[in-house]
Amino acid sequence: MRAPRWKIWAGHVTLLALSAAALLPFLWMLGTSLKADAEVFSPRLQFFPARPVWENYPRALAYIPFARYALNTLLIAALSAVGVTLASSLVAYSFSRLKWPGRDAVFFLLLSTLMLPAQVTMLPVFVVFKTLGWVGTFRPLIVPAFFGSAFFIFLLRQFFMTIPQELSDAARMDGASELDIWRRVMLPLSRPALTTVALFTFMGAWNDFLGPLMYLNDDTMYTLSLGLQQFVTQHGAQWNLLMAASVVMTLPIILLWFLGQRTFVQGVTLTGVKG
Amino acid sequence: MRSTERRRNLRALAAGLAFASPWLIGFAIFTAYPICASLYYSFTRYDTLSTPHWVGLQNYMRLLTEDELFWKSLRNTLFMVVFGLPASLVAGLALALLLNMKLRGMALYRTVFYIPSIVPTVASAVLWMWLLNPQIGLINRLLALAGVQGPGWLTDPAWAKPALILMGLWGVGGSMIIYLAGLQDVPRELYEAAEIDGAGGMAKFRHVTIPMLSPVIFFNLVMGLIGTFQYFTQVYVMTQGGPQDATLFYALHLFNRAFTDLQFGYASAMAWILFAITVLATALVFRTSARWVYYPGEMRQ
Repeated sequence: MRAPRWKIWAGHVTLLALSAAALLPFLWMLGTSLKADAEVFSPRLQFFPARPVWENYPRALAYIPFARYALNTLLIAALSAVGVTLASSLVAYSFSRLKWPGRDAVFFLLLSTLMLPAQVTMLPVFVVFKTLGWVGTFRPLIVPAFFGSAFFIFLLRQFFMTIPQELSDAARMDGASELDIWRRVMLPLSRPALTTVALFTFMGAWNDFLGPLMYLNDDTMYTLSLGLQQFVTQHGAQWNLLMAASVVMTLPIILLWFLGQRTFVQGVTLTGVKG
Repeated sequence: MRSTERRRNLRALAAGLAFASPWLIGFAIFTAYPICASLYYSFTRYDTLSTPHWVGLQNYMRLLTEDELFWKSLRNTLFMVVFGLPASLVAGLALALLLNMKLRGMALYRTVFYIPSIVPTVASAVLWMWLLNPQIGLINRLLALAGVQGPGWLTDPAWAKPALILMGLWGVGGSMIIYLAGLQDVPRELYEAAEIDGAGGMAKFRHVTIPMLSPVIFFNLVMGLIGTFQYFTQVYVMTQGGPQDATLFYALHLFNRAFTDLQFGYASAMAWILFAITVLATALVFRTSARWVYYPGEMRQ
Protein backbone atom coordinates (compact mmCIF):
# COMPACT_ATOMS: atom_id res chain seq x y z
CA MET A 1 0.00 0.00 0.00
CA ARG A 2 1.63 3.24 -1.15
CA ALA A 3 0.54 6.78 -0.53
CA PRO A 4 -0.55 8.67 -3.69
CA ARG A 5 2.06 10.84 -5.37
CA TRP A 6 0.55 14.18 -4.43
CA LYS A 7 0.50 13.12 -0.80
CA ILE A 8 4.20 12.32 -0.82
CA TRP A 9 4.94 15.71 -2.37
CA ALA A 10 2.71 17.57 0.04
CA GLY A 11 4.39 15.74 2.91
CA HIS A 12 7.87 16.70 1.77
CA VAL A 13 6.95 20.32 1.17
CA THR A 14 5.37 20.65 4.60
CA LEU A 15 8.28 18.92 6.32
CA LEU A 16 10.84 21.05 4.51
CA ALA A 17 9.05 24.26 5.44
CA LEU A 18 8.80 23.19 9.07
CA SER A 19 12.44 22.09 9.09
CA ALA A 20 13.41 25.56 7.90
CA ALA A 21 11.43 27.06 10.78
CA ALA A 22 13.15 24.72 13.25
CA LEU A 23 16.63 25.39 11.88
CA LEU A 24 16.52 29.16 11.22
CA PRO A 25 16.98 30.02 14.92
CA PHE A 26 20.16 27.91 14.97
CA LEU A 27 21.50 29.61 11.83
CA TRP A 28 20.69 33.01 13.32
CA MET A 29 22.48 32.02 16.52
CA LEU A 30 25.61 30.81 14.69
CA GLY A 31 25.61 33.75 12.26
CA THR A 32 25.21 36.34 15.00
CA SER A 33 28.02 34.75 17.00
CA LEU A 34 30.37 35.49 14.08
CA LYS A 35 29.35 39.10 13.42
CA ALA A 36 31.34 42.20 14.31
CA ASP A 37 29.72 44.45 16.93
CA ALA A 38 28.42 46.94 14.35
CA GLU A 39 27.13 44.27 11.96
CA VAL A 40 24.78 42.94 14.63
CA PHE A 41 22.77 46.14 14.44
CA SER A 42 22.93 46.54 10.68
CA PRO A 43 19.47 46.99 9.15
CA ARG A 44 20.33 44.58 6.32
CA LEU A 45 19.03 41.05 6.83
CA GLN A 46 22.05 38.81 6.55
CA PHE A 47 22.50 35.47 8.30
CA PHE A 48 26.25 35.08 7.97
CA PRO A 49 28.77 37.92 7.83
CA ALA A 50 31.08 38.22 4.84
CA ARG A 51 34.06 38.07 7.16
CA PRO A 52 33.40 35.85 10.21
CA VAL A 53 34.76 37.28 13.45
CA TRP A 54 36.05 34.15 15.15
CA GLU A 55 37.55 36.30 17.91
CA ASN A 56 34.02 36.60 19.35
CA TYR A 57 34.45 33.15 20.84
CA PRO A 58 37.61 33.83 22.87
CA ARG A 59 36.14 37.24 23.73
CA ALA A 60 32.92 35.73 25.07
CA LEU A 61 34.81 33.05 26.95
CA ALA A 62 36.99 35.71 28.55
CA TYR A 63 34.06 37.99 29.42
CA ILE A 64 32.42 35.38 31.56
CA PRO A 65 34.89 33.01 33.26
CA PHE A 66 33.59 30.38 30.92
CA ALA A 67 36.15 27.65 31.45
CA ARG A 68 35.59 27.88 35.16
CA TYR A 69 31.80 27.69 34.81
CA ALA A 70 32.13 24.78 32.40
CA LEU A 71 34.28 22.91 34.92
CA ASN A 72 31.83 23.65 37.74
CA THR A 73 28.94 22.44 35.61
CA LEU A 74 30.85 19.36 34.51
CA LEU A 75 31.71 18.45 38.09
CA ILE A 76 28.11 18.82 39.30
CA ALA A 77 26.62 17.05 36.29
CA ALA A 78 29.09 14.15 36.35
CA LEU A 79 28.74 13.51 40.08
CA SER A 80 24.93 13.77 39.82
CA ALA A 81 24.94 11.25 37.00
CA VAL A 82 27.08 8.82 39.02
CA GLY A 83 24.95 9.29 42.13
CA VAL A 84 21.58 8.94 40.46
CA THR A 85 22.61 5.90 38.42
CA LEU A 86 24.18 4.09 41.35
CA ALA A 87 21.42 4.76 43.88
CA SER A 88 18.54 4.32 41.44
CA SER A 89 19.83 0.94 40.26
CA LEU A 90 20.12 -0.30 43.85
CA VAL A 91 16.59 0.81 44.69
CA ALA A 92 15.22 -0.49 41.40
CA TYR A 93 16.70 -3.88 42.24
CA SER A 94 14.73 -3.91 45.46
CA PHE A 95 11.49 -3.02 43.69
CA SER A 96 11.91 -5.51 40.87
CA ARG A 97 13.82 -8.53 42.20
CA LEU A 98 13.34 -8.67 45.96
CA LYS A 99 10.02 -9.67 47.47
CA TRP A 100 9.29 -8.00 50.76
CA PRO A 101 6.13 -7.15 52.67
CA GLY A 102 4.86 -3.67 51.83
CA ARG A 103 6.94 -3.39 48.67
CA ASP A 104 4.10 -2.54 46.33
CA ALA A 105 2.69 0.11 48.66
CA VAL A 106 6.12 1.76 48.93
CA PHE A 107 6.49 1.60 45.15
CA PHE A 108 3.15 3.35 44.77
CA LEU A 109 4.38 6.03 47.18
CA LEU A 110 7.47 6.46 45.01
CA LEU A 111 5.35 6.93 41.88
CA SER A 112 3.09 9.43 43.58
CA THR A 113 6.05 11.67 44.44
CA LEU A 114 6.42 12.27 40.70
CA MET A 115 3.26 14.41 40.85
CA LEU A 116 4.47 16.60 43.71
CA PRO A 117 5.34 20.15 42.57
CA ALA A 118 8.95 21.03 43.43
CA GLN A 119 7.71 24.30 44.96
CA VAL A 120 6.18 22.46 47.92
CA THR A 121 9.43 20.89 49.10
CA MET A 122 11.90 23.47 47.77
CA LEU A 123 11.74 25.96 50.65
CA PRO A 124 12.11 23.54 53.60
CA VAL A 125 14.91 21.73 51.74
CA PHE A 126 16.63 25.11 51.36
CA VAL A 127 16.26 25.67 55.11
CA VAL A 128 17.76 22.22 55.81
CA PHE A 129 20.81 22.98 53.65
CA LYS A 130 21.10 26.44 55.18
CA THR A 131 21.12 24.91 58.67
CA LEU A 132 23.83 22.50 57.55
CA GLY A 133 25.85 25.47 56.28
CA TRP A 134 25.80 24.07 52.74
CA VAL A 135 24.36 27.10 50.96
CA GLY A 136 27.11 28.53 48.75
CA THR A 137 28.64 25.09 48.13
CA PHE A 138 28.05 22.49 45.43
CA ARG A 139 26.77 20.01 47.98
CA PRO A 140 23.01 20.81 47.72
CA LEU A 141 23.30 20.23 43.97
CA ILE A 142 25.16 16.91 44.23
CA VAL A 143 24.32 15.10 47.47
CA PRO A 144 20.58 14.60 46.77
CA ALA A 145 21.52 12.65 43.61
CA PHE A 146 22.98 9.89 45.77
CA PHE A 147 19.51 9.14 47.14
CA GLY A 148 18.24 8.25 43.67
CA SER A 149 15.54 9.78 41.52
CA ALA A 150 11.97 8.47 41.51
CA PHE A 151 11.59 8.67 37.74
CA PHE A 152 14.80 6.77 36.99
CA ILE A 153 14.09 4.19 39.69
CA PHE A 154 10.84 3.57 37.86
CA LEU A 155 12.61 3.36 34.49
CA LEU A 156 15.26 0.95 35.75
CA ARG A 157 12.71 -1.19 37.55
CA GLN A 158 10.81 -1.62 34.28
CA PHE A 159 14.07 -2.64 32.65
CA PHE A 160 15.11 -5.08 35.38
CA MET A 161 11.72 -6.79 35.07
CA THR A 162 12.64 -7.83 31.52
CA ILE A 163 15.81 -9.67 32.61
CA PRO A 164 15.07 -13.40 32.98
CA GLN A 165 14.66 -14.47 36.61
CA GLU A 166 16.56 -17.71 35.88
CA LEU A 167 19.82 -15.78 35.61
CA SER A 168 19.65 -14.49 39.17
CA ASP A 169 18.32 -17.86 40.41
CA ALA A 170 21.33 -19.61 38.93
CA ALA A 171 23.69 -17.13 40.57
CA ARG A 172 21.87 -17.59 43.87
CA MET A 173 22.34 -21.38 43.62
CA ASP A 174 26.05 -20.72 43.26
CA GLY A 175 25.92 -18.90 46.58
CA ALA A 176 25.94 -15.33 45.27
CA SER A 177 24.55 -12.67 47.62
CA GLU A 178 21.92 -10.20 46.44
CA LEU A 179 24.62 -7.55 46.19
CA ASP A 180 26.67 -9.88 43.95
CA ILE A 181 23.64 -10.50 41.74
CA TRP A 182 22.98 -6.78 41.46
CA ARG A 183 26.60 -6.10 40.56
CA ARG A 184 27.48 -9.13 38.42
CA VAL A 185 24.19 -10.02 36.78
CA MET A 186 21.87 -7.02 36.66
CA LEU A 187 24.28 -4.16 36.03
CA PRO A 188 26.20 -5.74 33.12
CA LEU A 189 22.92 -6.74 31.44
CA SER A 190 21.40 -3.29 31.87
CA ARG A 191 24.07 -1.19 30.22
CA PRO A 192 21.74 0.58 27.73
CA ALA A 193 19.26 1.49 30.46
CA LEU A 194 22.00 2.63 32.85
CA THR A 195 23.62 4.75 30.14
CA THR A 196 20.27 6.31 29.39
CA VAL A 197 19.80 7.21 33.06
CA ALA A 198 23.33 8.60 33.38
CA LEU A 199 23.08 10.69 30.20
CA PHE A 200 19.62 12.07 31.00
CA THR A 201 20.75 12.97 34.50
CA PHE A 202 23.89 14.60 33.15
CA MET A 203 21.89 16.64 30.65
CA GLY A 204 19.35 17.60 33.30
CA ALA A 205 22.06 18.82 35.67
CA TRP A 206 23.85 20.67 32.85
CA ASN A 207 20.55 22.37 32.10
CA ASP A 208 19.45 23.07 35.68
CA PHE A 209 18.91 26.71 36.54
CA LEU A 210 16.74 26.92 39.65
CA GLY A 211 19.11 24.81 41.78
CA PRO A 212 22.27 26.86 41.08
CA LEU A 213 20.21 30.06 41.39
CA MET A 214 19.10 29.08 44.89
CA TYR A 215 22.34 27.66 46.20
CA LEU A 216 25.30 29.35 44.51
CA ASN A 217 26.08 32.94 45.49
CA ASP A 218 29.81 33.23 44.81
CA ASP A 219 30.31 34.09 41.14
CA THR A 220 33.38 31.88 40.84
CA MET A 221 31.16 28.90 41.57
CA TYR A 222 28.43 29.58 38.99
CA THR A 223 27.37 26.95 36.48
CA LEU A 224 26.99 27.72 32.77
CA SER A 225 23.23 28.29 33.06
CA LEU A 226 23.60 30.73 35.91
CA GLY A 227 26.68 32.38 34.36
CA LEU A 228 24.92 32.94 31.04
CA GLN A 229 21.88 34.45 32.77
CA GLN A 230 24.09 36.81 34.79
CA PHE A 231 25.91 37.76 31.61
CA VAL A 232 22.58 38.76 30.04
CA THR A 233 21.64 40.95 32.99
CA GLN A 234 25.03 42.67 32.96
CA HIS A 235 25.79 43.05 29.24
CA GLY A 236 22.33 42.91 27.71
CA ALA A 237 22.94 44.05 24.15
CA GLN A 238 26.14 42.21 23.16
CA TRP A 239 24.25 39.71 21.10
CA ASN A 240 27.27 38.39 19.19
CA LEU A 241 29.05 37.45 22.43
CA LEU A 242 25.85 36.12 23.99
CA MET A 243 25.23 33.91 20.96
CA ALA A 244 28.83 32.68 21.01
CA ALA A 245 28.42 31.73 24.67
CA SER A 246 25.09 30.02 23.92
CA VAL A 247 26.66 28.02 21.10
CA VAL A 248 29.46 26.83 23.36
CA MET A 249 26.99 25.85 26.05
CA THR A 250 24.67 24.01 23.66
CA LEU A 251 27.22 22.15 21.56
CA PRO A 252 28.31 19.55 24.17
CA ILE A 253 24.67 18.64 24.82
CA ILE A 254 23.91 18.13 21.14
CA LEU A 255 27.10 16.08 20.71
CA LEU A 256 26.25 14.00 23.74
CA TRP A 257 22.78 13.41 22.38
CA PHE A 258 24.13 12.24 19.03
CA LEU A 259 26.58 9.92 20.77
CA GLY A 260 23.93 8.54 23.07
CA GLN A 261 21.10 8.42 20.55
CA ARG A 262 21.40 4.72 19.80
CA THR A 263 21.60 3.85 23.46
CA PHE A 264 18.59 6.06 24.22
CA VAL A 265 16.49 4.36 21.59
CA GLN A 266 17.57 0.93 22.86
CA GLY A 267 17.05 1.89 26.50
CA VAL A 268 13.62 3.36 25.88
CA THR A 269 12.34 0.56 23.65
CA LEU A 270 13.63 -2.18 25.93
CA THR A 271 12.04 -0.70 29.03
CA GLY A 272 8.82 -0.03 27.19
CA VAL A 273 8.68 3.39 28.86
CA LYS A 274 7.05 5.88 26.61
CA GLY A 275 4.34 7.26 28.78
CA MET B 1 8.63 -24.72 60.46
CA ARG B 2 6.71 -21.51 61.10
CA SER B 3 9.65 -19.83 62.76
CA THR B 4 12.01 -20.55 59.86
CA GLU B 5 9.44 -19.11 57.51
CA ARG B 6 9.16 -16.03 59.68
CA ARG B 7 12.89 -15.68 59.79
CA ARG B 8 13.02 -15.94 56.00
CA ASN B 9 10.36 -13.25 55.74
CA LEU B 10 12.29 -11.00 58.05
CA ARG B 11 15.46 -11.52 56.06
CA ALA B 12 13.62 -10.70 52.84
CA LEU B 13 12.28 -7.53 54.44
CA ALA B 14 15.75 -6.56 55.66
CA ALA B 15 17.29 -7.12 52.22
CA GLY B 16 14.48 -5.25 50.48
CA LEU B 17 14.72 -2.28 52.80
CA ALA B 18 18.52 -2.25 52.60
CA PHE B 19 18.47 -2.01 48.81
CA ALA B 20 15.68 0.56 48.87
CA SER B 21 17.31 2.55 51.67
CA PRO B 22 18.86 5.30 49.51
CA TRP B 23 15.44 6.29 48.27
CA LEU B 24 13.72 5.70 51.63
CA ILE B 25 16.18 7.98 53.45
CA GLY B 26 16.05 10.51 50.62
CA PHE B 27 12.25 10.42 50.73
CA ALA B 28 12.28 11.17 54.45
CA ILE B 29 14.74 14.09 54.11
CA PHE B 30 13.73 15.60 50.78
CA THR B 31 10.02 14.84 50.55
CA ALA B 32 8.23 13.72 53.73
CA TYR B 33 9.82 16.17 56.15
CA PRO B 34 9.66 19.11 53.69
CA ILE B 35 5.96 18.50 53.04
CA CYS B 36 5.20 18.73 56.76
CA ALA B 37 7.57 21.67 57.29
CA SER B 38 6.15 23.56 54.33
CA LEU B 39 2.60 23.09 55.61
CA TYR B 40 3.72 24.39 59.01
CA TYR B 41 5.60 27.36 57.48
CA SER B 42 2.47 28.31 55.56
CA PHE B 43 0.83 29.21 58.89
CA THR B 44 3.81 31.26 60.07
CA ARG B 45 5.77 34.40 59.35
CA TYR B 46 9.27 33.17 58.57
CA ASP B 47 12.29 34.98 57.12
CA THR B 48 14.74 32.04 57.59
CA LEU B 49 16.86 34.19 59.93
CA SER B 50 14.71 34.00 63.07
CA THR B 51 12.38 31.17 64.12
CA PRO B 52 8.95 30.87 62.45
CA HIS B 53 6.21 32.90 64.11
CA TRP B 54 2.70 31.38 64.12
CA VAL B 55 0.14 33.62 62.41
CA GLY B 56 -2.68 31.16 61.72
CA LEU B 57 -4.50 31.69 58.43
CA GLN B 58 -3.09 35.17 57.88
CA ASN B 59 -0.90 34.24 54.88
CA TYR B 60 -3.80 32.60 53.09
CA MET B 61 -6.11 35.54 53.86
CA ARG B 62 -3.55 38.03 52.56
CA LEU B 63 -3.02 35.97 49.42
CA LEU B 64 -6.68 35.70 48.58
CA THR B 65 -7.79 39.20 49.54
CA GLU B 66 -4.85 41.61 49.36
CA ASP B 67 -2.19 40.37 46.96
CA GLU B 68 -3.08 41.76 43.52
CA LEU B 69 0.04 40.12 42.07
CA PHE B 70 -1.07 36.70 43.29
CA TRP B 71 -4.23 36.92 41.20
CA LYS B 72 -2.31 38.40 38.31
CA SER B 73 0.21 35.54 38.39
CA LEU B 74 -2.62 33.01 38.59
CA ARG B 75 -4.39 34.57 35.60
CA ASN B 76 -1.14 34.63 33.62
CA THR B 77 -0.51 30.97 34.41
CA LEU B 78 -4.07 30.03 33.44
CA PHE B 79 -3.55 31.84 30.14
CA MET B 80 -0.66 29.47 29.44
CA VAL B 81 -2.78 26.46 30.47
CA VAL B 82 -5.67 27.50 28.24
CA PHE B 83 -3.70 28.66 25.16
CA GLY B 84 -0.09 27.48 25.42
CA LEU B 85 -0.72 23.90 26.49
CA PRO B 86 -3.30 22.99 23.80
CA ALA B 87 -1.15 24.72 21.17
CA SER B 88 1.87 22.58 22.00
CA LEU B 89 -0.20 19.39 22.40
CA VAL B 90 -1.72 19.86 18.95
CA ALA B 91 1.60 20.91 17.36
CA GLY B 92 3.41 17.91 18.85
CA LEU B 93 0.72 15.54 17.60
CA ALA B 94 0.60 17.14 14.15
CA LEU B 95 4.37 16.87 13.76
CA ALA B 96 4.33 13.26 14.90
CA LEU B 97 1.60 12.44 12.35
CA LEU B 98 3.68 14.02 9.60
CA LEU B 99 6.75 12.11 10.70
CA ASN B 100 4.81 8.87 10.75
CA MET B 101 4.22 9.06 7.00
CA LYS B 102 6.33 6.66 5.00
CA LEU B 103 8.66 9.14 3.32
CA ARG B 104 12.34 9.23 2.51
CA GLY B 105 14.65 11.05 4.95
CA MET B 106 12.40 10.64 7.98
CA ALA B 107 15.29 10.01 10.39
CA LEU B 108 16.79 13.35 9.39
CA TYR B 109 13.50 15.27 9.79
CA ARG B 110 12.99 13.64 13.17
CA THR B 111 16.40 14.83 14.35
CA VAL B 112 15.77 18.34 13.03
CA PHE B 113 12.52 18.67 14.99
CA TYR B 114 13.89 17.05 18.11
CA ILE B 115 17.14 19.00 18.51
CA PRO B 116 15.52 22.31 19.62
CA SER B 117 14.02 20.54 22.63
CA ILE B 118 17.42 19.54 24.03
CA VAL B 119 18.99 23.00 23.85
CA PRO B 120 19.67 24.03 27.47
CA THR B 121 16.77 26.17 28.72
CA VAL B 122 18.85 29.24 29.51
CA ALA B 123 20.61 29.11 26.14
CA SER B 124 17.31 28.83 24.26
CA ALA B 125 15.83 31.64 26.37
CA VAL B 126 18.75 33.92 25.44
CA LEU B 127 18.46 32.90 21.79
CA TRP B 128 14.76 33.74 21.76
CA MET B 129 15.30 37.11 23.43
CA TRP B 130 17.44 37.87 20.42
CA LEU B 131 15.05 36.35 17.85
CA LEU B 132 12.17 38.34 19.36
CA ASN B 133 14.05 41.64 19.54
CA PRO B 134 11.49 44.19 18.26
CA GLN B 135 13.85 46.18 16.00
CA ILE B 136 16.59 43.84 14.85
CA GLY B 137 15.45 40.36 15.84
CA LEU B 138 15.09 37.75 13.11
CA ILE B 139 11.33 37.34 13.47
CA ASN B 140 10.43 41.00 12.99
CA ARG B 141 12.98 41.32 10.18
CA LEU B 142 11.30 38.44 8.36
CA LEU B 143 7.88 39.94 9.02
CA ALA B 144 9.14 43.24 7.63
CA LEU B 145 10.19 41.43 4.43
CA ALA B 146 6.57 40.34 4.12
CA GLY B 147 5.50 43.94 4.68
CA VAL B 148 4.21 43.32 8.20
CA GLN B 149 5.19 45.53 11.12
CA GLY B 150 5.96 42.99 13.89
CA PRO B 151 4.79 43.60 17.44
CA GLY B 152 7.08 44.48 20.37
CA TRP B 153 6.89 40.85 21.58
CA LEU B 154 8.52 40.67 25.02
CA THR B 155 8.28 44.43 25.48
CA ASP B 156 4.54 44.57 24.81
CA PRO B 157 2.22 43.32 27.59
CA ALA B 158 -0.27 42.05 25.02
CA TRP B 159 2.34 40.06 23.05
CA ALA B 160 4.70 38.78 25.75
CA LYS B 161 2.75 35.61 26.56
CA PRO B 162 2.09 34.73 22.89
CA ALA B 163 5.83 35.20 22.33
CA LEU B 164 6.55 32.62 25.03
CA ILE B 165 4.00 30.24 23.50
CA LEU B 166 5.75 30.62 20.14
CA MET B 167 9.07 29.79 21.78
CA GLY B 168 7.43 26.75 23.40
CA LEU B 169 6.32 25.49 19.98
CA TRP B 170 9.94 25.51 18.81
CA GLY B 171 10.77 23.09 21.65
CA VAL B 172 7.80 20.78 21.06
CA GLY B 173 10.08 17.92 19.94
CA GLY B 174 10.05 16.24 23.34
CA SER B 175 6.34 15.46 23.29
CA MET B 176 6.51 14.80 19.54
CA ILE B 177 8.87 11.87 20.16
CA ILE B 178 6.47 10.39 22.72
CA TYR B 179 3.54 10.69 20.28
CA LEU B 180 5.64 9.12 17.56
CA ALA B 181 6.47 6.10 19.72
CA GLY B 182 2.73 5.74 20.40
CA LEU B 183 1.83 6.03 16.71
CA GLN B 184 4.33 3.36 15.75
CA ASP B 185 2.62 0.99 18.17
CA VAL B 186 -0.79 1.26 16.53
CA PRO B 187 -1.35 -2.14 14.85
CA ARG B 188 -1.54 -1.91 11.06
CA GLU B 189 -4.42 -4.40 11.04
CA LEU B 190 -6.69 -1.80 12.63
CA TYR B 191 -6.19 0.55 9.68
CA GLU B 192 -6.63 -2.29 7.21
CA ALA B 193 -9.83 -3.39 8.91
CA ALA B 194 -11.10 0.20 8.87
CA GLU B 195 -10.30 0.44 5.15
CA ILE B 196 -12.24 -2.73 4.43
CA ASP B 197 -15.14 -1.11 6.22
CA GLY B 198 -14.77 1.79 3.80
CA ALA B 199 -13.21 4.33 6.15
CA GLY B 200 -11.48 7.32 4.55
CA GLY B 201 -8.44 9.18 5.88
CA MET B 202 -10.43 11.38 8.24
CA ALA B 203 -12.50 8.49 9.60
CA LYS B 204 -9.38 6.40 10.23
CA PHE B 205 -7.82 9.33 12.08
CA ARG B 206 -10.90 9.87 14.26
CA HIS B 207 -11.79 6.26 14.96
CA VAL B 208 -8.41 4.50 14.96
CA THR B 209 -5.52 6.90 15.49
CA ILE B 210 -7.03 9.14 18.16
CA PRO B 211 -8.47 6.34 20.35
CA MET B 212 -5.29 4.27 20.12
CA LEU B 213 -3.19 7.32 20.91
CA SER B 214 -5.38 8.56 23.76
CA PRO B 215 -3.17 7.16 26.57
CA VAL B 216 -0.20 9.07 25.13
CA ILE B 217 -2.25 12.24 24.70
CA PHE B 218 -3.38 11.81 28.29
CA PHE B 219 0.22 11.41 29.49
CA ASN B 220 1.38 14.51 27.61
CA LEU B 221 -1.62 16.48 28.89
CA VAL B 222 -0.95 15.63 32.55
CA MET B 223 2.80 16.26 32.27
CA GLY B 224 2.18 19.49 30.38
CA LEU B 225 -0.30 20.65 32.99
CA ILE B 226 2.13 20.05 35.85
CA GLY B 227 4.94 21.65 33.86
CA THR B 228 2.93 24.78 33.00
CA PHE B 229 2.21 25.49 36.65
CA GLN B 230 5.96 25.38 37.30
CA TYR B 231 7.04 27.53 34.34
CA PHE B 232 9.97 29.51 35.70
CA THR B 233 13.43 29.57 34.10
CA GLN B 234 12.42 31.14 30.78
CA VAL B 235 10.69 34.12 32.36
CA TYR B 236 13.34 34.57 35.03
CA VAL B 237 15.93 34.91 32.26
CA MET B 238 13.91 36.72 29.60
CA THR B 239 11.51 39.12 31.29
CA GLN B 240 11.76 38.90 35.07
CA GLY B 241 7.95 38.92 34.95
CA GLY B 242 7.58 42.10 32.88
CA PRO B 243 6.40 44.05 30.99
CA GLN B 244 3.82 45.32 33.49
CA ASP B 245 3.73 41.88 35.13
CA ALA B 246 2.39 40.33 31.91
CA THR B 247 4.69 37.31 32.35
CA LEU B 248 4.66 37.15 36.12
CA PHE B 249 3.77 33.47 36.42
CA TYR B 250 2.88 31.64 39.59
CA ALA B 251 6.24 29.95 40.17
CA LEU B 252 8.12 33.21 39.56
CA HIS B 253 5.94 35.16 41.98
CA LEU B 254 6.48 32.42 44.57
CA PHE B 255 10.24 32.52 44.06
CA ASN B 256 10.33 36.31 44.41
CA ARG B 257 8.27 36.22 47.59
CA ALA B 258 10.61 33.61 49.07
CA PHE B 259 14.05 34.75 47.96
CA THR B 260 13.66 38.47 47.23
CA ASP B 261 11.28 39.37 50.06
CA LEU B 262 12.40 36.52 52.36
CA GLN B 263 8.76 35.67 53.11
CA PHE B 264 9.12 31.91 53.40
CA GLY B 265 5.83 31.51 55.26
CA TYR B 266 3.90 33.41 52.63
CA ALA B 267 5.65 31.59 49.78
CA SER B 268 4.88 28.24 51.45
CA ALA B 269 1.19 29.16 51.54
CA MET B 270 1.49 29.90 47.81
CA ALA B 271 3.15 26.50 47.30
CA TRP B 272 0.24 24.75 49.00
CA ILE B 273 -2.31 26.59 46.90
CA LEU B 274 -0.30 25.58 43.83
CA PHE B 275 -0.31 21.99 45.05
CA ALA B 276 -4.07 22.08 45.57
CA ILE B 277 -4.65 23.54 42.09
CA THR B 278 -2.37 20.94 40.47
CA VAL B 279 -4.09 18.08 42.29
CA LEU B 280 -7.55 19.40 41.40
CA ALA B 281 -6.68 19.95 37.75
CA THR B 282 -5.02 16.54 37.45
CA ALA B 283 -7.93 14.85 39.22
CA LEU B 284 -10.31 16.55 36.80
CA VAL B 285 -8.31 15.25 33.84
CA PHE B 286 -8.22 11.77 35.39
CA ARG B 287 -11.98 11.83 36.07
CA THR B 288 -12.85 12.70 32.50
CA SER B 289 -10.19 10.33 31.17
CA ALA B 290 -12.43 7.27 31.61
CA ARG B 291 -14.58 8.80 28.88
CA TRP B 292 -11.88 9.52 26.31
CA VAL B 293 -8.80 7.46 27.13
CA TYR B 294 -8.86 3.99 25.65
CA TYR B 295 -6.54 1.29 26.88
CA PRO B 296 -6.15 -1.66 24.51
CA GLY B 297 -6.78 -4.94 26.25
CA GLU B 298 -9.47 -3.39 28.38
CA MET B 299 -13.05 -3.97 27.25
CA ARG B 300 -15.20 -0.91 27.29
CA GLN B 301 -18.63 -1.16 28.85
